Amino acid sequence: MRIAKALQLTLTLLACAFLLVPTIQSVLAGVTANYFRGLSSGLTLKWVAEVWSLYSGSIFLSIGLALACLVVTTLIGVPAAYALARRPGRGSRVIEEFVSLPLAIPGLALALALLQLYGSLQGFRAHWSFILVGHVLYTLPFMLRAVLAVLAAIDLRSLEESAATLGAGPWRRFIDVVVPNALPGVLAGGLTVVTLSIGEFNLTWMLHTPFLKTLPVGLADSYASMRLEIASAYTLVFFVMIVPLLMAMQWASSRAQRMFR
Amino acid sequence: MTLTLSKVAKTFPDGTRALNPTSLEIAEGEILSLLGPSGCGKTTLLRIIAGLESADAGGTLSFNGEDVTRLPVERRKIGMVFQNYALFPNMSVRGNIGYGLKMAGLPRAAIAARVAEVVALCRLEPYADRAITALSGGQRQRVALARAVAPRPRVLLLDEPLSALDAALRTDLRDELAELLRAVGTTAVFVTHDQDEAMAIADRVAVMSMGNMLQIGAPEALYRRPADAFVARFVGNAMPLGGRIEGDRLLIDGAVLPLAQPAHGTTAWVRGEDIALDDAGPLPATVDAVTFLGTHYRIKLTTTGPAPLFSLHHGHSAPRPGDTVRLSIPPHAILTLPAAA
Repeated sequence: MRIAKALQLTLTLLACAFLLVPTIQSVLAGVTANYFRGLSSGLTLKWVAEVWSLYSGSIFLSIGLALACLVVTTLIGVPAAYALARRPGRGSRVIEEFVSLPLAIPGLALALALLQLYGSLQGFRAHWSFILVGHVLYTLPFMLRAVLAVLAAIDLRSLEESAATLGAGPWRRFIDVVVPNALPGVLAGGLTVVTLSIGEFNLTWMLHTPFLKTLPVGLADSYASMRLEIASAYTLVFFVMIVPLLMAMQWASSRAQRMFR
Repeated sequence: MTLTLSKVAKTFPDGTRALNPTSLEIAEGEILSLLGPSGCGKTTLLRIIAGLESADAGGTLSFNGEDVTRLPVERRKIGMVFQNYALFPNMSVRGNIGYGLKMAGLPRAAIAARVAEVVALCRLEPYADRAITALSGGQRQRVALARAVAPRPRVLLLDEPLSALDAALRTDLRDELAELLRAVGTTAVFVTHDQDEAMAIADRVAVMSMGNMLQIGAPEALYRRPADAFVARFVGNAMPLGGRIEGDRLLIDGAVLPLAQPAHGTTAWVRGEDIALDDAGPLPATVDAVTFLGTHYRIKLTTTGPAPLFSLHHGHSAPRPGDTVRLSIPPHAILTLPAAA
C-alpha cells in the first residue's frame, strides 16, 4: 500500500513538474538580466517594461477584441439559440451544424475566404472590426451550443406559456424567463468565447495589419524578432493578464450556476 | 364570471380532429371538471379557453358576454396551473406569486400586500422566501395555484394539477385543493383523468371521449344516470352484464333478472358494489380470484357475460377461487344504456 501510494505521489509530482518547470523557466527568463549567463546575472523588470512599451497596444487591442467578441456573440448567440430551442427539428439541426462549421475549417482557410471577400474594402480591411468578424465566426458556435444546451434542459415552452397566462407579452417573456434561465449557458459560453478570442492566432495572423497586432500575434512577433528575454517577459505579461480574467469569469459562472441548483 | 363556449372545435395542422364542436356554459363561481382518458381532447379544450391554442374558425368563446376568441393569452386575464407547474426557477416563491401582479402594472406596495394575502391563503408563509428548487412537490403545487390566483383572474384553469404528485400525497392535496378553490371563489375549469379527483373537487363534471363531450352534470347525476356505456364505465367502473333485455327483464342464459322499468333493446351494466353474493340469487358464477382490501373483498367472477365481473363484497369471509356462487343484483342497480358509439 505504502509503495503504491509513494508511486502515485511520485507520478503526480513528475506530471506537475513536466508542466510547471518550463513555465517557471520561461517566467524566470523574462526577469533575468541575461538569460545566457543565467540567474547569476541578476533579476530585472527591464524586459517587462520593454514589452509594455513595445506591445501595450496589443494588450488593450486583445482585451477590447475579446470583449467586443463577447458582446457580439451574446447578441447573436442567445436569440439564435432561443429560436433553435423553440423549434427543434431537422431544419434547426442543419442550422446548428452550419453555424458550427467554422470549427472544422482551419482558421487559415477561414481568414483567406474573408480576405478574398472583403480584402478590397480598404477602410474595413484595416479596421479592428475586420479581425472581430473572424473571431466572431470562430467563437459563435461555442456560445450558441452552450446556451442551447441550457435551454434544451429546461421546459422552455411551459415556462413561457405560464408567463403568458400571467400577462407577459413576447418581449417580457424573453427578458424575464428566457434570458435569466439561459444565464448559466451564457456565462459558460462567454468564458469560452473570451478565452478563445484572446488566444486566437491562426485567423488573426492572416487578418492582422502591422498596426493591429493582438497578444498572440505580438508574441509570435517578439519570438521572431526580439531577444529571448523579451519574448519570455511577454509570456509573463500574457499570464498576468489572462489568469485573473479567467478566474473572475470562472467565479461568476460557477456562482450563477449555484443560483439555479 | 360566466364562461360561454359556442361550437368550439380544434383541428391540428396535420388534420387530426382533437375536439369536435363543443358548446358549454360555465356559471359564475362554478368549478367544472373535464374528465376523460388521455387524448380525449380535454387538455386541448382547456388550452383553447386559456388562449394557448386557437379554436377553428366558427367557434366563439366569451367571458361574461365579451368575445375573447381572438384575444391573445396574455390579455385574457386568466390564471392557469400547469401539469408540471412551470414555476420560474429564476425567482423565489414570492417572485413567482408576484409576477402576474407585476405584469398588471400594480405599484410595489400593492403587489407586496396581495402576495402576502395569497401566501397566507395558500399557507405558504414558511416558504415564501425560498427558491423554487427548495420546495417539495406539494409545496410547488400550492405555489403554482397561488401564482395563478394572485392577479384575481377571471377564470382559473387547472391542467391535471395533482398528477405530478405521488399517490399518498394526491388524496390529501385533492381535498386541500377543493377547499382552496372554494375559498378563492373564482370560476374554475379543471382537467383530470381521475374520476375520484373530478368528483371530489368539481360542482359539475363533463365526461369527454375522442374529442366529444358525452355528458355533463353533477357528480351524483353522472354516477346514477350515466348517458351511455362509456360514461358508466369511466365514472364508477360499470361492467357489462351481457345477455338480452326483453321488456322489463334481463335474460342471461336462462337466468332472469328483473329490471326497474322496461328498457327494450338497451344493454345492461352493473357496478361492483351492487353485485351481492346471494344463495337465492338468479345468476350463477364461478369465483376466479379474491383480493382482500381491508374494508371489503374484491371478487373476480366469471359468468356467461362478455367480461368478468368484480364484486365488492363487504362480509367477514369470502368464497374461495374455484367455488360456484350465485349472484343477485337489485333491479334499480342495473343500468340500461344504449351501446357505446
